[in-house]
Amino acid sequence: MALPKYTETRYRIWHYFYIAICSLVFIFLIAPLFVIFPLSFNAEEFLVFSEGMKNLDPDAFSLRWYKDMVYGTKNPWGLAAKNSFIIAIFATLGSVILGTVAALGLSSRHMPFKGIIMATLISPMIVPLIISGVAIFFFMAKAGLAATHTGIVLAHIILGTPFVVITVTATLSGFDHSVTRAAASLGSNPVNTFMKVTLPLILPGVISGGLFAFVTSFDEVVVVLFLAGLENTTIPVQMWTGLREQLSPTILSVATCLIVLSTLILISAELLRRRSERLRGINR
Amino acid sequence: MSSETKQILTTDGIPLEISLKKAERKNKIKAFLLVAPLLLFLIITYVFPIGEMFTRSIDDKMITNMLPKTFKSMEQWDGKELPSEEVFASFLSDFKILVENKKHGKLAQRLNKEKNGFTSVVKKLFRQVKRNKIDETQNIKEQIMKVHKRWRDVEYWQAIKRTAPPYTSAKYLKAMDMYLNEDNKIVQVSEDRRIHRILWLRTVEVAFFVTVFCFLMGYPIAHLLATLPMKYSNLLMICVLLPFWTSLLVRTASWMILLQQQGVVNDFFVIIGLVSDDNRPEMMYNKVGTYVAMTQILLPFMVLPLYSVMKTISPSLMRAGKSLGGTPFVAFWKVYFPLTIPGIGAGCLLVFILAIGYYITPALVGGASGTLISNQIAYHMKTTLDWSFASAMGLMLLGGVLVIYWLYNKLVGVDNIKLG
Repeated sequence: MALPKYTETRYRIWHYFYIAICSLVFIFLIAPLFVIFPLSFNAEEFLVFSEGMKNLDPDAFSLRWYKDMVYGTKNPWGLAAKNSFIIAIFATLGSVILGTVAALGLSSRHMPFKGIIMATLISPMIVPLIISGVAIFFFMAKAGLAATHTGIVLAHIILGTPFVVITVTATLSGFDHSVTRAAASLGSNPVNTFMKVTLPLILPGVISGGLFAFVTSFDEVVVVLFLAGLENTTIPVQMWTGLREQLSPTILSVATCLIVLSTLILISAELLRRRSERLRGINR
Repeated sequence: MSSETKQILTTDGIPLEISLKKAERKNKIKAFLLVAPLLLFLIITYVFPIGEMFTRSIDDKMITNMLPKTFKSMEQWDGKELPSEEVFASFLSDFKILVENKKHGKLAQRLNKEKNGFTSVVKKLFRQVKRNKIDETQNIKEQIMKVHKRWRDVEYWQAIKRTAPPYTSAKYLKAMDMYLNEDNKIVQVSEDRRIHRILWLRTVEVAFFVTVFCFLMGYPIAHLLATLPMKYSNLLMICVLLPFWTSLLVRTASWMILLQQQGVVNDFFVIIGLVSDDNRPEMMYNKVGTYVAMTQILLPFMVLPLYSVMKTISPSLMRAGKSLGGTPFVAFWKVYFPLTIPGIGAGCLLVFILAIGYYITPALVGGASGTLISNQIAYHMKTTLDWSFASAMGLMLLGGVLVIYWLYNKLVGVDNIKLG
């Protein structure tokens, strides 16, 4: 963003002011995440930078809290991680299947009551989580699914489908329907057409919707707090309890691992988005 | 011209119009069947339970079912003087059944909520009934009135009558710090007990200011991202997307570390001399913490819709504005800004909707003065177990969100939501 040579001084000043503001906002956005990294290698058990750390003394750093996270006695993280992954994987599968099929119907121009149905399908994303939590808890309690993995998976399918519906409908909006007609005219049945023609074309959208659903489930704490028993604890629930009660640096090691995970998810989502845009022929 | 001559037939002899309609209907059913599984699933597990929240929030059948005969005979009673012998008699027979089923305690509890002093009155009557002291062949009214002087007080009978309807708006009134008094008028609770109204106001206030802060911070960086060359903007976009994909609890945890009294932000303030070392301000467990953390957490939801709108605005428009004699500021204000209004609407409404229902962050960094209405809902769900009250507050919040959602749909359209 080089300024042209003829720019007046006051606009020049304004421009640098604007760049400075933007930089501050970017720091505000990203810096909090980087505080966690060094502190998770703290050798002491306080959540502040010790004098040793400020002087970059190697003795002030250790892998103590990472060891505690993995091998610590009575530590809840192993079970929580296992539960989190199991729940998130099944919730993602459920959301992707239900959401993709629904998106196929919604993108058909023959779909009746499109507006109201779309609004209903998206509503779990808009309704505040606390209300969803209360409603889902009432249902699961009645169905006898409270404090079960099944209950939490179903709850996360509810919360995850809107993302799949939105991303897949968006992908389908640029979809050339003549290819499915071509497949049909060549004698393919609808299921075969979907698997061989439609799905490969909309796959980036499906996967990125799935990523959203995965993150939603993996990160979700409000509904799980209502539903979970002791055996169903997940990583976010453990973090929540940890942050409320005993603020131990182990949480920071977990948080660091989660940031690494979200970086991986971000990279895959970005790659998928680019691939999707290329497939749809959108060049920006 | 008769219609028969104009009618076009398909090869099998069916009029084309009918054939087309048939195909159209078939397609409609096909599309609907694809949506049906998800729709059904959501209706059963989500939409109905929200409806159930409503019935739960107005439900007041407990006493209605406990004293069926009493309420039946009370229908005749004008409610001004003590009720007739018949009411007393049916009350006694209802009460005996309750004593048999050991439910009189619940009755006393519920009636005491309606009017203070019922617990001891009911307990005394219970003892008399248990000892079979009340002779049903004699005048029951006289006997009951002798048990406790409050049975002679018409106000207590009025209180019983008020619990008759199976539905109540009490929970909704309670959520607004109001209640129905003896004369069936809506009055406010005493000033020192008005806690809910403060919470509602604070929720709206926090949501509003977080939206404003997000807008003020999000607009410049969205503009920068949209105008920078691709290779720089992609890099900077990571600053927006990484927090977006990172766990909410991780981000809240990092703010707890930054804002604590010995935290990095306070360290920084001490170094630049803004505050003295022994006088570090409390930035967490109050509203400041809620504002700062929520603004950072919700900022990506403002930047992404703004960015996607700004990306479509051609830079030549600004150049045209300038070449026609506008200063950069005028060109921006008259040309660029109006074009970004759809993005502003989308971002602001999205952030506001998300902020108004926020729970986790205020609960962790908010302390007592930074908690919002969602925290109150969770408190009643998990601690006091007053689920009907939690449902009532939840539905009031939902009502507010739906109004905004409807506005959003009108202005932007839900199918225009863009993710990443």
